Amino acid sequence: MEKFKLNPKPTWKELPIASMIPQPATSRFYKTGDWRSFRPVVDKEKCTRCGLCWVYCPDGAIRIVEDGSYDVDLDYCKGCGICAEECPVKAISMVEEVEE
Amino acid sequence: MAKRIAIECSHAISLAAKLANVDVVAAYPITPQTHIVEKLSEYVADGELDAEYINVESEHSAMSACIGASAVGARVFTATAGQGLALMHEMLFIAAGNRLPIVMAVANRSLSPNLNIWGDQSDMMASKDCGWIQIYAENAQEVFDFTLQAFKIAEDERVMLPVAINFDGFYVTHVIEPIIALDQEEVKKFLPPRKIPSYALHPDHPTTWGPIGLPDVQTELKRQLEEALRNSKTVIKEVWKEFGDMFGRYYDFFEPYRLEDAEIAILMMGGHCGTARIAVDRLREKGEKVGLIKLRLFRPFPDEELIKLTKNLKVLAIVDKAFSPGGLGGPVFTEVKALFYNQKIKPEIVGFIAGLGGRDIRVDEFMVAVERAKKALMGEKIDKGFMFLQVRE
Amino acid sequence: MAEKKVFFKSLKDLPKEDFFVQGHRACPGCGETIAVRLIMKAVGPNCIVITPTGCLEVVSSPYPYTSWAVPWYHVAFENAAAVASGVEAGLKALMRKGKLEKKRIHVIAIAGDGGTADIGLQALSGALERGHDFLYVCLDNEAYMNTGIQRSGSTPYGAWTTTSAVGKIMPGKLQWKKNVPAIAAAHDIPYVATACPAYPLDLVNKAKKAVEIDGPAYLHVLTPCVPGWRIPSNLSIKIARLAVQTGIFPLYEVEDGRLHVTVKVPKRKHVKEYLKLQGRFAHLTDGEIEKIQKRVDMESEKLGLGPRET
Repeated sequence: MEKFKLNPKPTWKELPIASMIPQPATSRFYKTGDWRSFRPVVDKEKCTRCGLCWVYCPDGAIRIVEDGSYDVDLDYCKGCGICAEECPVKAISMVEEVEE
Repeated sequence: MAKRIAIECSHAISLAAKLANVDVVAAYPITPQTHIVEKLSEYVADGELDAEYINVESEHSAMSACIGASAVGARVFTATAGQGLALMHEMLFIAAGNRLPIVMAVANRSLSPNLNIWGDQSDMMASKDCGWIQIYAENAQEVFDFTLQAFKIAEDERVMLPVAINFDGFYVTHVIEPIIALDQEEVKKFLPPRKIPSYALHPDHPTTWGPIGLPDVQTELKRQLEEALRNSKTVIKEVWKEFGDMFGRYYDFFEPYRLEDAEIAILMMGGHCGTARIAVDRLREKGEKVGLIKLRLFRPFPDEELIKLTKNLKVLAIVDKAFSPGGLGGPVFTEVKALFYNQKIKPEIVGFIAGLGGRDIRVDEFMVAVERAKKALMGEKIDKGFMFLQVRE
Repeated sequence: MAEKKVFFKSLKDLPKEDFFVQGHRACPGCGETIAVRLIMKAVGPNCIVITPTGCLEVVSSPYPYTSWAVPWYHVAFENAAAVASGVEAGLKALMRKGKLEKKRIHVIAIAGDGGTADIGLQALSGALERGHDFLYVCLDNEAYMNTGIQRSGSTPYGAWTTTSAVGKIMPGKLQWKKNVPAIAAAHDIPYVATACPAYPLDLVNKAKKAVEIDGPAYLHVLTPCVPGWRIPSNLSIKIARLAVQTGIFPLYEVEDGRLHVTVKVPKRKHVKEYLKLQGRFAHLTDGEIEKIQKRVDMESEKLGLGPRET
């Protein structure tokens, strides 16, 4: 991922013209994982690798692992639970986040 | 080769937009502007102008389409008046805030009610804080020259702002006048095609425009806009000088008339300056030391230049063709009063509201204004400092 | 009629890459962002997106965090179609005049239902009538959600919103939902379709087809809203699916004036299956639910959907 180049509190001289954001896809530097109160856990044994969790995730927080299976990108997952609800083989369960 | 032609002022603007080789025209009819976009439609239909001509369904969409086209790097032109400008109001701020070098002709027209198609300056003045460069023209030659210059000013990297060329509905728009028109080769030398900015909307370099403005950024955004307006004064001077050097017609923020030894001056913008000049001549014949200051640039306001120009004056009689109900007078009047507040030496400043909704301001009425302004100097003040010059009591 | 072309045979054909990316600030379970992520995958990077004011604009662009990997422009609320007109015309003129390299750049407006059915309808109609080559997507979450769940012309009959309150004498919204796809189709444009993220393959193929078509295309996507519909965040897809299975939101295309249903519903579920999961309909009486069912029966018959399950 390209480095984040922008200052969230720029001086008026630093601010790009018209406060245009010159770098694409910078919200990747804004982690939404801490919104979560439940965490999806994928049972790789049950998973049939259909990919529906990856399709339905509103946050693009399901990663395709090299072996073709799927796991959760906890940096962005907001814990909505759609993946668990929609998994045709119920391979995903929602586990409450607890302070460690 | 430049040549002398007779042309309707509206068509002089169309001709200038054609010579500027605009890429996109957004067109919506409204009196007294319509002749401008009609002529442009003819140019496009005849293949004389290679532009996308968008028949928008409202002025709001006219400015919206201009914004979209300008954001991809096109040279863009539109024209409007009165109610149309009011409908655009919201978009005017966005065009300026997004730093888009759109050029628009405003055939100044009164705002409703009552529905009134005739000229005054209340339309542009209701949007004076929109962040546009605002220039006022008196005649066809100015209209033609200012429009060509406007593209060069707007597209300068130090500026990147939209420009409104204002000219009075009917009194100027519909008048046929002689102008020295430039040809395509001459215009090409003065005004090269718009350079598409590196940040223009394009998939090769994705940029995000118009992000939601959090409190952390809004102040800096507005300060940046202020800087662009301030910078534009220098650029306007440079462009007007370059134009003068190339074509022999030099412009300044003001056009003074018989001001050398004047003690009283009328200050105003637009088409009625012609009548005011005659009034000045008549008063001069009577031995009065009267002059006229025609103001061409309202935004950015030429502050220090006006102070310099008026340093020997005792009275400034400011004639506004717009006003702010319940406020402190006409827009030029209040601006100038604010400008002089901190000056040690200042003239007596008297305001007159006149020419509303197309009512002509006659020579004798200008003379009355000067007489009344003189009395104010002698201590006979006007309540609130300004008055309606032509109202039937 | 044009040959039926399938761009994506399976969801595995979609690009791995996102063009609407992580870190956006939409609510957990947001149906709108599911749709946008899929539409952007279908369309790819060669586009310019115009988004009017609304949830999508707000969650995807707080400076300096943009969720867009493609050029994106927000101007105002009511004019996405007009801005898109300008973008399309600008590109066309610049390419024709040799100022910009010639290539097809898709121009896409992605608006909400308030920005489409209500305040943006005039600009949309103008742009469709003028025939600009662009795609207009309406993400229909059936109310002004960004300002806090106010009724729009696209809010369904009987729904509670903060401006169609449920009280002692008022049962929520009193009017039927405005049929914007039919309004779009009435402009005789080349392509109009409805879609929903619960049928992702149908959605991505329609989005791709819509941008590939020359001239204006309109895509109306039903997108459940967790806070606005008063639903649990994990049920967005399930509820969107029920909207289709009950016949409340049929999925179809209108091509060259001909309508055909793309997701067949051989046996329609009773509307209460859809309504009962949503807090915004919790107050509806059996009588009102039957009134809605009757209306859906009538509409379904027009479209040739199957009979209701008994």
